Amino acid sequence: MQLISVISLTFIPLLIGFILLYGTFKQVPTYESFVEGGKEGIKIAVSIIPFLVGMMVSISIFRASGALDALMKWIRPLMNAMGVPAEIVPLLIIRPISGTAALGMTSDLIAVYGPDTFIGRLASVLQGSTDTTFYVLTVYFGAVGIKKMGDALKVGLLADVFGIIVAIIVVAFVFGTK
Amino acid sequence: MVNYIWVFMTIIGVVFALINGTMAEVNKAIFDGAKEAVTLCIGLISVLVFWLGIMRIAEESGLLKSLTKLFRPLVKRLFPEVPPNHPAMGYILSNMISNMFGLGNAATPLGIKAMEELQKLNGGINSASRSMVTFLAINTASITIIPTTVIAIRMTYHSASPTEIVVPTIIATIISAAGAIVIDRYFYYRRSRKG
Repeated sequence: MQLISVISLTFIPLLIGFILLYGTFKQVPTYESFVEGGKEGIKIAVSIIPFLVGMMVSISIFRASGALDALMKWIRPLMNAMGVPAEIVPLLIIRPISGTAALGMTSDLIAVYGPDTFIGRLASVLQGSTDTTFYVLTVYFGAVGIKKMGDALKVGLLADVFGIIVAIIVVAFVFGTK
Repeated sequence: MVNYIWVFMTIIGVVFALINGTMAEVNKAIFDGAKEAVTLCIGLISVLVFWLGIMRIAEESGLLKSLTKLFRPLVKRLFPEVPPNHPAMGYILSNMISNMFGLGNAATPLGIKAMEELQKLNGGINSASRSMVTFLAINTASITIIPTTVIAIRMTYHSASPTEIVVPTIIATIISAAGAIVIDRYFYYRRSRKG
């Protein structure tokens, strides 16, 4: 498991170094391209503010009122039996439906339970390794006017369930369940 | 759907607060939650600017194009109904590569182009073709190499090692993408057996 941490640590710096060298070799105006691309980053960060404010306020209300605790108490035995921490259930429900809402929930879980806990790491991996099935289906099929999705929704949702199980196993295996 | 969930959580929270007498906490939560969200987005700016800047270099140097070539033989096998030199193949590949590097904004238009090309192959009928279902299965499994946003969030909340989740995320994403392909194939063979 030590090895996985070492690879995780060196991967990004090496990749950045490689991209910069490759760009220089191909005579790309690296710094200017970097600045141009970076401007897009500001736009994205600012444009997700309303999504996150909406979702995080709603979750805060839900939790501060005690409703979340009540829900947890109710589903905890079932979830524990399956090895899933009850705290991540709202994230699991929202993940296929809305990417930005899920981002809000992931942030909330990391803020409350800490990034270096089982729940924090699981939320991190889940956010990174799954996607918004409903959004993808709606946008892509909508764009070309497909009305009959066939098995696409079933396949997408089953793949989501499978992806969630895989994420739990991988995180438990690499970091343990503390 | 997200509209209902959003309203549901808020309303249940307020009703619960009425019954439980936790109104003071809820009042505080409204403003704390909003503040937290904005603080978080400002924290995200640093990583997003840096990563999208680096990715622009990868794009302009032709690195993404080379990767596309590298993956072509593999992807050809996933879409047996698409002729290898059809423009759909190029868009499918570019969409997957953009997704891998966390360039969601670049990936979506490419994905839509891919769907348009697949629709041409589909003969203009309004039900999904086999290739479309496969394409979307892979897309929803979302193969990620660098989960940029997640790293930024972990940094914001003082993780001892924000990037420690990179390799686990790659492992999880590869297994779940493989699973998505198997599930897709299973449904395809079930369909074709029924005729």
